[in-house]
Amino acid sequence: MQHVIDLSAVTQTFVSSDGKPVTALEGVDLHLRRHEFVSLIGPSGCGKSTILRLISGLLRPTSGTVSIFGMPVTEPRDEIGIVFQKPTLLPWLSVLDNITFPMRHKYGRVDGKDQARARELLAMIGLGDFGHKRPDELSGGMQQRVSIARSLLHDPDILLMDEPFSALDALTRDEMSFELLRIWGERPKTVVFVTHSIQEALLLSDRIVVMSARPGRVADIIDVPLARPRSLATLADPVFSRMANDIRMQVFSRAPA
Amino acid sequence: MSAFVHRHASVCVFLLVLILWEAACRLLHVPEYILPAPSQIWLAAGELGPARWFEHLSATLEAALAGYVVAIALALPLAVGITRSPLLSRIVMPWLVVIQSTPIVAVAPIIVVTLGAGTLPRVVITTMIAFFPLVVSTALGLASVPPELVELSRSLRATTARQYWQIRMPYAVPYVFSALKVSITLAVVGAVVAEFVAAEKGLGYLILYTTSSFKVPVAFAALTLLVLSSLALYGLVQLAHRRLFPWSQGRHA
Repeated sequence: MQHVIDLSAVTQTFVSSDGKPVTALEGVDLHLRRHEFVSLIGPSGCGKSTILRLISGLLRPTSGTVSIFGMPVTEPRDEIGIVFQKPTLLPWLSVLDNITFPMRHKYGRVDGKDQARARELLAMIGLGDFGHKRPDELSGGMQQRVSIARSLLHDPDILLMDEPFSALDALTRDEMSFELLRIWGERPKTVVFVTHSIQEALLLSDRIVVMSARPGRVADIIDVPLARPRSLATLADPVFSRMANDIRMQVFSRAPA
Repeated sequence: MSAFVHRHASVCVFLLVLILWEAACRLLHVPEYILPAPSQIWLAAGELGPARWFEHLSATLEAALAGYVVAIALALPLAVGITRSPLLSRIVMPWLVVIQSTPIVAVAPIIVVTLGAGTLPRVVITTMIAFFPLVVSTALGLASVPPELVELSRSLRATTARQYWQIRMPYAVPYVFSALKVSITLAVVGAVVAEFVAAEKGLGYLILYTTSSFKVPVAFAALTLLVLSSLALYGLVQLAHRRLFPWSQGRHA
Protein backbone atom coordinates (compact mmCIF):
# COMPACT_ATOMS: atom_id res chain seq x y z
CA MET A 1 0.00 0.00 0.00
CA GLN A 2 1.28 3.43 -0.96
CA HIS A 3 2.00 5.66 1.99
CA VAL A 4 1.27 9.38 2.00
CA ILE A 5 4.20 10.33 4.22
CA ASP A 6 7.37 8.31 4.63
CA LEU A 7 10.23 9.02 6.98
CA SER A 8 13.04 6.50 6.55
CA ALA A 9 16.03 6.39 8.91
CA VAL A 10 15.72 10.13 9.50
CA THR A 11 18.39 11.68 11.68
CA GLN A 12 18.48 15.37 12.44
CA THR A 13 21.30 17.16 14.21
CA PHE A 14 21.45 20.83 15.10
CA VAL A 15 24.31 22.94 16.29
CA SER A 16 23.28 24.36 19.65
CA SER A 17 24.08 27.90 20.75
CA ASP A 18 27.22 26.77 22.57
CA GLY A 19 28.51 25.16 19.38
CA LYS A 20 27.91 21.53 20.32
CA PRO A 21 25.98 19.28 17.93
CA VAL A 22 22.63 18.13 19.32
CA THR A 23 20.84 15.10 17.94
CA ALA A 24 17.16 16.00 17.74
CA LEU A 25 16.06 12.86 15.92
CA GLU A 26 17.81 9.55 15.44
CA GLY A 27 16.84 6.80 13.03
CA VAL A 28 13.16 7.70 12.83
CA ASP A 29 10.99 5.51 10.62
CA LEU A 30 7.39 6.56 10.15
CA HIS A 31 4.95 5.59 7.44
CA LEU A 32 1.60 7.32 7.36
CA ARG A 33 -1.38 6.04 5.40
CA ARG A 34 -3.87 8.06 3.42
CA HIS A 35 -6.45 9.90 5.52
CA GLU A 36 -4.94 8.61 8.71
CA PHE A 37 -4.98 10.63 11.92
CA VAL A 38 -1.68 10.19 13.71
CA SER A 39 -0.58 11.85 16.94
CA LEU A 40 3.00 12.34 18.05
CA ILE A 41 3.38 12.31 21.80
CA GLY A 42 6.37 12.41 24.12
CA PRO A 43 8.36 14.54 26.53
CA SER A 44 9.65 17.99 25.60
CA GLY A 45 12.69 17.87 23.39
CA CYS A 46 11.81 14.55 21.76
CA GLY A 47 11.73 16.16 18.32
CA LYS A 48 7.97 16.11 17.68
CA SER A 49 7.97 19.57 16.13
CA THR A 50 11.13 18.75 14.19
CA ILE A 51 9.23 15.92 12.50
CA LEU A 52 6.50 18.36 11.44
CA ARG A 53 9.06 20.78 10.06
CA LEU A 54 10.74 17.96 8.13
CA ILE A 55 7.43 16.88 6.60
CA SER A 56 6.54 20.48 5.75
CA GLY A 57 9.82 20.91 3.90
CA LEU A 58 10.93 23.81 6.10
CA LEU A 59 13.84 21.64 7.26
CA ARG A 60 16.00 19.10 5.39
CA PRO A 61 17.06 15.96 7.27
CA THR A 62 20.75 15.54 8.13
CA SER A 63 20.47 11.98 6.91
CA GLY A 64 17.69 9.64 5.82
CA THR A 65 14.78 10.58 3.57
CA VAL A 66 11.41 12.26 3.94
CA SER A 67 8.94 11.60 1.13
CA ILE A 68 5.41 12.67 0.36
CA PHE A 69 3.47 10.54 -2.11
CA GLY A 70 6.71 8.71 -2.82
CA MET A 71 8.64 11.84 -3.78
CA PRO A 72 11.48 13.19 -1.64
CA VAL A 73 10.66 16.49 0.05
CA THR A 74 13.13 19.16 -1.02
CA GLU A 75 11.09 22.30 -0.40
CA PRO A 76 7.69 23.30 1.05
CA ARG A 77 4.83 21.88 -0.97
CA ASP A 78 1.27 22.82 -1.79
CA GLU A 79 -0.30 19.63 -0.42
CA ILE A 80 0.34 20.73 3.14
CA GLY A 81 -1.57 22.90 5.60
CA ILE A 82 0.02 23.94 8.89
CA VAL A 83 -1.62 24.90 12.19
CA PHE A 84 0.62 26.33 14.89
CA GLN A 85 0.37 26.34 18.66
CA LYS A 86 -0.70 29.98 18.60
CA PRO A 87 -3.28 31.23 16.08
CA THR A 88 -0.78 33.76 14.64
CA LEU A 89 -3.45 35.67 12.74
CA LEU A 90 -2.59 39.03 11.25
CA PRO A 91 -4.14 41.67 13.53
CA TRP A 92 -4.69 44.21 10.73
CA LEU A 93 -6.76 41.89 8.55
CA SER A 94 -10.38 40.88 9.01
CA VAL A 95 -11.13 37.25 9.85
CA LEU A 96 -12.11 36.57 6.24
CA ASP A 97 -8.94 38.20 4.87
CA ASN A 98 -6.90 36.16 7.33
CA ILE A 99 -8.37 32.97 5.92
CA THR A 100 -7.59 34.00 2.35
CA PHE A 101 -4.17 35.36 3.35
CA PRO A 102 -2.18 32.34 2.06
CA MET A 103 -3.49 33.03 -1.47
CA ARG A 104 -2.73 36.73 -1.25
CA HIS A 105 0.68 35.94 0.14
CA LYS A 106 1.56 33.30 -2.42
CA TYR A 107 0.00 34.67 -5.59
CA GLY A 108 -0.55 38.32 -4.73
CA ARG A 109 -4.29 38.16 -5.32
CA VAL A 110 -7.43 36.49 -4.04
CA ASP A 111 -10.05 35.45 -6.58
CA GLY A 112 -13.79 34.99 -6.12
CA LYS A 113 -13.41 31.25 -5.76
CA ASP A 114 -11.06 31.67 -2.78
CA GLN A 115 -13.45 34.17 -1.22
CA ALA A 116 -16.36 31.79 -1.60
CA ARG A 117 -14.33 28.95 -0.15
CA ALA A 118 -13.22 31.09 2.78
CA ARG A 119 -16.88 31.89 3.55
CA GLU A 120 -17.73 28.22 3.33
CA LEU A 121 -14.92 27.35 5.77
CA LEU A 122 -16.00 30.15 8.07
CA ALA A 123 -19.50 28.69 8.18
CA MET A 124 -18.04 25.24 8.77
CA ILE A 125 -16.12 26.40 11.85
CA GLY A 126 -19.28 28.07 13.12
CA LEU A 127 -18.09 31.65 12.69
CA GLY A 128 -20.21 32.57 9.67
CA ASP A 129 -21.15 35.96 11.16
CA PHE A 130 -17.61 36.88 12.19
CA GLY A 131 -16.01 37.35 8.75
CA HIS A 132 -15.59 41.09 9.11
CA LYS A 133 -14.40 41.13 12.71
CA ARG A 134 -10.78 41.66 13.58
CA PRO A 135 -8.88 38.81 15.25
CA ASP A 136 -8.57 40.64 18.58
CA GLU A 137 -12.37 40.76 18.82
CA LEU A 138 -12.41 36.94 18.95
CA SER A 139 -11.72 34.56 21.84
CA GLY A 140 -8.62 32.37 21.80
CA GLY A 141 -10.62 29.33 20.73
CA MET A 142 -12.30 31.24 17.91
CA GLN A 143 -8.94 32.55 16.73
CA GLN A 144 -7.52 29.04 16.62
CA ARG A 145 -10.54 27.91 14.59
CA VAL A 146 -9.83 30.69 12.12
CA SER A 147 -6.22 29.56 11.84
CA ILE A 148 -7.46 26.02 11.14
CA ALA A 149 -9.74 27.43 8.43
CA ARG A 150 -6.72 29.31 7.03
CA SER A 151 -4.76 26.03 6.81
CA LEU A 152 -7.66 24.35 4.98
CA LEU A 153 -8.15 27.07 2.34
CA HIS A 154 -6.24 25.28 -0.42
CA ASP A 155 -7.79 21.93 0.63
CA PRO A 156 -4.45 20.29 1.48
CA ASP A 157 -4.09 16.50 1.53
CA ILE A 158 -1.94 16.72 4.62
CA LEU A 159 -2.59 18.74 7.75
CA LEU A 160 0.26 19.32 10.19
CA MET A 161 -0.81 20.50 13.63
CA ASP A 162 1.74 21.55 16.26
CA GLU A 163 0.00 21.43 19.67
CA PRO A 164 -2.84 23.50 18.24
CA PHE A 165 -5.01 23.41 21.36
CA SER A 166 -2.38 23.64 24.07
CA ALA A 167 -2.87 27.38 24.58
CA LEU A 168 -6.62 26.95 25.18
CA ASP A 169 -8.46 26.30 28.42
CA ALA A 170 -9.57 22.73 29.17
CA LEU A 171 -13.24 23.15 28.20
CA THR A 172 -12.42 24.86 24.90
CA ARG A 173 -9.86 22.15 24.23
CA ASP A 174 -12.43 19.35 24.38
CA GLU A 175 -14.82 21.35 22.25
CA MET A 176 -12.08 21.98 19.67
CA SER A 177 -11.14 18.29 19.58
CA PHE A 178 -14.68 17.31 18.60
CA GLU A 179 -14.76 20.20 16.15
CA LEU A 180 -11.56 18.95 14.54
CA LEU A 181 -12.95 15.40 14.30
CA ARG A 182 -16.05 16.76 12.60
CA ILE A 183 -13.98 18.77 10.10
CA TRP A 184 -11.74 15.79 9.47
CA GLY A 185 -14.85 13.65 8.93
CA GLU A 186 -16.18 16.11 6.38
CA ARG A 187 -12.89 16.56 4.56
CA PRO A 188 -10.70 13.52 5.20
CA LYS A 189 -6.99 14.27 5.28
CA THR A 190 -3.81 12.76 6.56
CA VAL A 191 -3.30 14.55 9.86
CA VAL A 192 -0.10 14.66 11.89
CA PHE A 193 -0.96 16.04 15.30
CA VAL A 194 1.65 16.92 17.91
CA THR A 195 0.36 17.01 21.46
CA HIS A 196 1.33 16.71 25.11
CA SER A 197 -2.08 15.38 26.05
CA ILE A 198 -2.62 11.64 26.11
CA GLN A 199 -6.41 12.08 26.24
CA GLU A 200 -6.35 14.34 23.22
CA ALA A 201 -4.19 11.89 21.28
CA LEU A 202 -6.47 8.96 22.15
CA LEU A 203 -9.66 10.79 21.35
CA LEU A 204 -8.45 11.96 17.95
CA SER A 205 -6.05 9.41 16.53
CA ASP A 206 -5.98 6.21 14.55
CA ARG A 207 -2.42 5.65 15.71
CA ILE A 208 -0.27 7.21 18.39
CA VAL A 209 3.47 7.53 17.97
CA VAL A 210 5.14 7.56 21.39
CA MET A 211 8.54 9.20 21.29
CA SER A 212 11.48 9.28 23.67
CA ALA A 213 13.83 12.19 24.15
CA ARG A 214 17.54 12.88 23.75
CA PRO A 215 17.93 11.72 21.11
CA GLY A 216 14.38 11.76 19.77
CA ARG A 217 13.35 8.26 18.71
CA VAL A 218 10.15 6.42 18.02
CA ALA A 219 9.59 4.36 21.16
CA ASP A 220 6.33 2.74 20.17
CA ILE A 221 3.46 3.02 17.72
CA ILE A 222 0.08 2.23 19.20
CA ASP A 223 -3.11 1.46 17.27
CA VAL A 224 -6.20 3.04 18.76
CA PRO A 225 -9.07 0.59 18.33
CA LEU A 226 -11.79 2.99 19.54
CA ALA A 227 -14.77 3.10 17.19
CA ARG A 228 -15.53 6.17 15.05
CA PRO A 229 -17.25 8.55 15.07
CA ARG A 230 -15.94 9.36 18.50
CA SER A 231 -17.91 11.39 20.96
CA LEU A 232 -18.19 12.21 24.66
CA ALA A 233 -19.13 8.55 25.13
CA THR A 234 -15.67 7.59 23.86
CA LEU A 235 -14.15 9.34 26.86
CA ALA A 236 -16.15 7.04 29.14
CA ASP A 237 -15.14 3.87 27.28
CA PRO A 238 -13.11 1.56 29.58
CA VAL A 239 -10.74 0.90 26.67
CA PHE A 240 -10.04 4.64 26.59
CA SER A 241 -9.02 4.89 30.23
CA ARG A 242 -7.02 1.66 30.14
CA MET A 243 -5.07 2.84 27.09
CA ALA A 244 -4.56 6.28 28.63
CA ASN A 245 -2.99 4.57 31.64
CA ASP A 246 -0.77 2.33 29.54
CA ILE A 247 0.52 5.23 27.47
CA ARG A 248 1.10 7.33 30.58
CA MET A 249 3.18 4.54 32.11
CA GLN A 250 5.13 4.26 28.91
CA VAL A 251 5.82 7.97 28.58
CA PHE A 252 6.79 8.30 32.25
CA SER A 253 9.04 5.25 32.27
CA ARG A 254 11.04 6.78 29.43
CA ALA A 255 11.12 10.35 30.58
CA PRO A 256 14.18 11.20 32.66
CA ALA A 257 13.19 11.61 36.31
CA MET B 1 -16.50 71.71 41.87
CA SER B 2 -14.39 68.84 43.24
CA ALA B 3 -15.44 66.59 40.36
CA PHE B 4 -14.40 69.32 37.91
CA VAL B 5 -11.01 69.71 39.59
CA HIS B 6 -10.54 65.95 39.56
CA ARG B 7 -11.21 65.68 35.85
CA HIS B 8 -9.05 68.63 34.82
CA ALA B 9 -6.38 68.20 37.49
CA SER B 10 -3.40 68.84 35.21
CA VAL B 11 -4.91 72.01 33.72
CA CYS B 12 -5.86 73.30 37.19
CA VAL B 13 -2.32 72.77 38.49
CA PHE B 14 -0.92 74.47 35.40
CA LEU B 15 -3.12 77.53 35.94
CA LEU B 16 -2.23 77.57 39.62
CA VAL B 17 1.49 77.58 38.75
CA LEU B 18 0.94 80.50 36.34
CA ILE B 19 -0.91 82.49 39.00
CA LEU B 20 1.74 81.80 41.65
CA TRP B 21 4.48 82.71 39.17
CA GLU B 22 2.78 86.02 38.31
CA ALA B 23 2.12 86.80 41.97
CA ALA B 24 5.68 85.99 43.03
CA CYS B 25 7.19 88.20 40.32
CA ARG B 26 4.96 91.14 41.26
CA LEU B 27 5.23 90.84 45.05
CA LEU B 28 9.00 90.23 45.10
CA HIS B 29 9.70 92.79 42.32
CA VAL B 30 11.76 90.31 40.32
CA PRO B 31 13.47 92.16 37.43
CA GLU B 32 12.18 90.97 34.06
CA TYR B 33 15.70 90.05 32.82
CA ILE B 34 15.94 87.53 35.70
CA LEU B 35 12.47 86.03 35.53
CA PRO B 36 9.69 87.76 33.57
CA ALA B 37 6.12 87.34 34.79
CA PRO B 38 3.67 85.55 32.44
CA SER B 39 1.97 88.89 31.73
CA GLN B 40 5.28 90.46 30.69
CA ILE B 41 6.00 87.51 28.40
CA TRP B 42 2.57 87.91 26.83
CA LEU B 43 3.12 91.64 26.25
CA ALA B 44 6.59 91.15 24.79
CA ALA B 45 5.24 88.50 22.44
CA GLY B 46 2.60 90.97 21.24
CA GLU B 47 5.19 93.67 20.62
CA LEU B 48 7.20 91.49 18.24
CA GLY B 49 4.14 91.07 16.01
CA PRO B 50 2.63 88.00 14.27
CA ALA B 51 4.59 88.44 11.03
CA ARG B 52 7.97 88.17 12.77
CA TRP B 53 6.81 85.24 14.87
CA PHE B 54 5.62 83.44 11.78
CA GLU B 55 8.95 84.03 10.09
CA HIS B 56 10.94 82.58 13.00
CA LEU B 57 8.54 79.71 13.58
CA SER B 58 8.46 78.65 9.94
CA ALA B 59 12.27 78.76 9.71
CA THR B 60 12.55 76.38 12.67
CA LEU B 61 9.76 74.09 11.48
CA GLU B 62 11.26 73.95 8.00
CA ALA B 63 14.59 72.73 9.29
CA ALA B 64 12.96 70.32 11.75
CA LEU B 65 10.58 68.79 9.19
CA ALA B 66 13.18 68.59 6.41
CA GLY B 67 15.56 66.76 8.75
CA TYR B 68 12.73 64.54 9.96
CA VAL B 69 11.74 63.53 6.43
CA VAL B 70 15.34 62.84 5.43
CA ALA B 71 15.82 60.79 8.62
CA ILE B 72 12.73 58.71 7.80
CA ALA B 73 13.80 58.24 4.18
CA LEU B 74 17.20 56.97 5.32
CA ALA B 75 16.16 55.03 8.41
CA LEU B 76 13.38 52.82 7.05
CA PRO B 77 15.31 51.27 4.13
CA LEU B 78 18.38 50.90 6.36
CA ALA B 79 16.28 49.07 8.97
CA VAL B 80 15.08 46.64 6.29
CA GLY B 81 18.69 46.16 5.19
CA ILE B 82 19.85 45.47 8.75
CA THR B 83 17.19 42.82 9.34
CA ARG B 84 17.84 41.22 5.94
CA SER B 85 21.61 41.00 6.18
CA PRO B 86 23.56 40.14 9.32
CA LEU B 87 26.71 41.37 7.56
CA LEU B 88 25.23 44.81 6.88
CA SER B 89 24.01 44.89 10.47
CA ARG B 90 27.52 44.16 11.77
CA ILE B 91 28.98 46.89 9.57
CA VAL B 92 26.38 49.58 10.19
CA MET B 93 25.44 49.15 13.86
CA PRO B 94 28.77 50.35 15.34
CA TRP B 95 28.53 53.48 13.16
CA LEU B 96 25.01 54.13 14.33
CA VAL B 97 26.08 53.80 17.96
CA VAL B 98 29.03 56.14 17.35
CA ILE B 99 26.76 58.74 15.74
CA GLN B 100 24.23 58.38 18.53
CA SER B 101 26.91 58.68 21.23
CA THR B 102 28.34 61.88 19.75
CA PRO B 103 26.87 64.90 21.56
CA ILE B 104 25.04 66.70 18.76
CA VAL B 105 25.66 70.10 20.35
CA ALA B 106 29.40 69.47 20.15
CA VAL B 107 29.39 68.40 16.50
CA ALA B 108 27.05 71.13 15.31
CA PRO B 109 29.70 73.90 15.01
CA ILE B 110 32.00 71.53 13.12
CA ILE B 111 29.24 70.62 10.70
CA VAL B 112 28.48 74.28 10.11
CA VAL B 113 32.14 75.04 9.39
CA THR B 114 32.34 72.10 6.99
CA LEU B 115 29.06 72.62 5.18
CA GLY B 116 28.74 76.41 5.32
CA ALA B 117 25.99 78.47 6.93
CA GLY B 118 23.07 77.60 4.65
CA THR B 119 20.07 75.30 5.11
CA LEU B 120 22.12 72.17 4.52
CA PRO B 121 23.95 72.01 7.88
CA ARG B 122 20.66 72.58 9.70
CA VAL B 123 19.02 69.66 7.91
CA VAL B 124 22.08 67.47 8.49
CA ILE B 125 22.13 68.21 12.23
CA THR B 126 18.39 67.57 12.54
CA THR B 127 18.66 64.34 10.56
CA MET B 128 21.50 63.08 12.74
CA ILE B 129 19.52 63.49 15.92
CA ALA B 130 16.18 62.13 14.61
CA PHE B 131 17.66 59.18 12.75
CA PHE B 132 18.84 56.73 15.40
CA PRO B 133 15.58 55.88 17.22
CA LEU B 134 13.90 55.34 13.85
CA VAL B 135 16.45 52.78 12.64
CA VAL B 136 16.65 50.87 15.90
CA SER B 137 12.93 50.75 16.55
CA THR B 138 12.00 49.85 12.96
CA ALA B 139 14.60 47.07 12.85
CA LEU B 140 13.24 45.78 16.16
CA GLY B 141 9.70 45.86 14.77
CA LEU B 142 10.65 44.03 11.58
CA ALA B 143 12.28 41.31 13.68
CA SER B 144 9.38 41.09 16.14
CA VAL B 145 7.22 39.03 13.79
CA PRO B 146 6.21 35.70 15.37
CA PRO B 147 8.49 32.99 13.92
CA GLU B 148 5.39 30.96 13.00
CA LEU B 149 4.35 33.62 10.49
CA VAL B 150 7.77 33.53 8.90
CA GLU B 151 7.42 29.74 8.68
CA LEU B 152 3.97 30.14 7.18
CA SER B 153 5.43 32.50 4.61
CA ARG B 154 8.25 30.06 3.82
CA SER B 155 5.85 27.11 3.62
CA LEU B 156 3.89 29.05 0.99
CA ARG B 157 7.14 29.77 -0.87
CA ALA B 158 6.22 33.44 -0.96
CA THR B 159 8.84 35.92 -2.14
CA THR B 160 10.90 37.81 0.42
CA ALA B 161 9.49 41.07 -0.90
CA ARG B 162 5.99 39.88 -0.09
CA GLN B 163 7.10 38.59 3.30
CA TYR B 164 8.27 42.11 4.11
CA TRP B 165 5.38 43.91 2.50
CA GLN B 166 2.53 41.75 3.83
CA ILE B 167 3.88 40.51 7.17
CA ARG B 168 6.98 42.22 8.55
CA MET B 169 6.22 45.84 7.68
CA PRO B 170 2.68 45.89 9.07
CA TYR B 171 4.03 44.16 12.18
CA ALA B 172 6.59 46.94 12.54
CA VAL B 173 3.99 49.74 12.31
CA PRO B 174 3.50 50.21 16.08
CA TYR B 175 7.29 50.24 16.57
CA VAL B 176 7.81 52.70 13.72
CA PHE B 177 5.21 55.05 15.10
CA SER B 178 6.58 55.02 18.63
CA ALA B 179 9.92 56.01 17.08
CA LEU B 180 8.27 58.62 14.84
CA LYS B 181 6.85 60.27 17.97
CA VAL B 182 10.22 60.36 19.71
CA SER B 183 11.98 61.56 16.56
CA ILE B 184 9.67 64.46 15.80
CA THR B 185 10.46 66.08 19.14
CA LEU B 186 14.17 65.33 18.64
CA ALA B 187 13.96 66.96 15.21
CA VAL B 188 12.81 70.20 16.85
CA VAL B 189 15.75 69.96 19.27
CA GLY B 190 18.07 69.45 16.29
CA ALA B 191 16.71 72.49 14.48
CA VAL B 192 17.19 74.68 17.57
CA VAL B 193 20.74 73.43 18.13
CA ALA B 194 21.55 74.23 14.50
CA GLU B 195 20.13 77.74 14.92
CA PHE B 196 22.22 78.30 18.04
CA VAL B 197 25.33 77.73 15.94
CA ALA B 198 24.57 79.65 12.78
CA ALA B 199 21.33 81.27 11.69
CA GLU B 200 19.74 84.61 11.01
CA LYS B 201 16.19 83.49 11.80
CA GLY B 202 14.34 80.79 13.70
CA LEU B 203 13.12 80.42 17.27
CA GLY B 204 16.49 79.10 18.47
CA TYR B 205 18.21 82.09 16.92
CA LEU B 206 15.62 84.40 18.50
CA ILE B 207 16.29 82.96 21.98
CA LEU B 208 20.05 83.38 21.53
CA TYR B 209 19.70 86.91 20.15
CA THR B 210 17.18 88.23 22.72
CA THR B 211 18.94 86.77 25.78
CA SER B 212 22.21 88.38 24.66
CA SER B 213 20.44 91.76 24.75
CA PHE B 214 18.53 90.97 27.98
CA LYS B 215 15.13 90.84 26.25
CA VAL B 216 14.35 87.81 28.35
CA PRO B 217 10.51 88.02 28.04
CA VAL B 218 10.80 87.51 24.24
CA ALA B 219 13.07 84.52 24.84
CA PHE B 220 10.47 83.02 27.15
CA ALA B 221 7.77 83.61 24.53
CA ALA B 222 9.94 81.90 21.90
CA LEU B 223 10.51 78.99 24.26
CA THR B 224 6.77 78.67 24.85
CA LEU B 225 6.13 78.65 21.12
CA LEU B 226 8.79 75.96 20.68
CA VAL B 227 7.17 73.75 23.29
CA LEU B 228 3.73 74.28 21.77
CA SER B 229 4.88 73.45 18.24
CA SER B 230 6.72 70.38 19.50
CA LEU B 231 3.54 69.22 21.22
CA ALA B 232 1.47 69.96 18.11
CA LEU B 233 3.83 67.95 15.89
CA TYR B 234 3.76 65.06 18.35
CA GLY B 235 -0.04 65.23 18.32
CA LEU B 236 -0.09 65.19 14.51
CA VAL B 237 2.04 62.04 14.38
CA GLN B 238 -0.21 60.43 16.96
CA LEU B 239 -3.29 61.43 14.97
CA ALA B 240 -1.79 59.98 11.79
CA HIS B 241 -1.11 56.74 13.63
CA ARG B 242 -4.67 56.55 14.93
CA ARG B 243 -6.23 57.39 11.56
CA LEU B 244 -4.05 55.26 9.32
CA PHE B 245 -3.49 52.17 11.49
CA PRO B 246 -6.32 51.91 14.01
CA TRP B 247 -5.70 48.18 14.54
CA SER B 248 -2.21 48.80 15.92
CA GLN B 249 -3.33 51.11 18.74
CA GLY B 250 -2.28 49.91 22.14
CA ARG B 251 -0.65 46.75 20.79
CA HIS B 252 2.83 47.90 21.61
CA ALA B 253 4.62 50.87 23.13
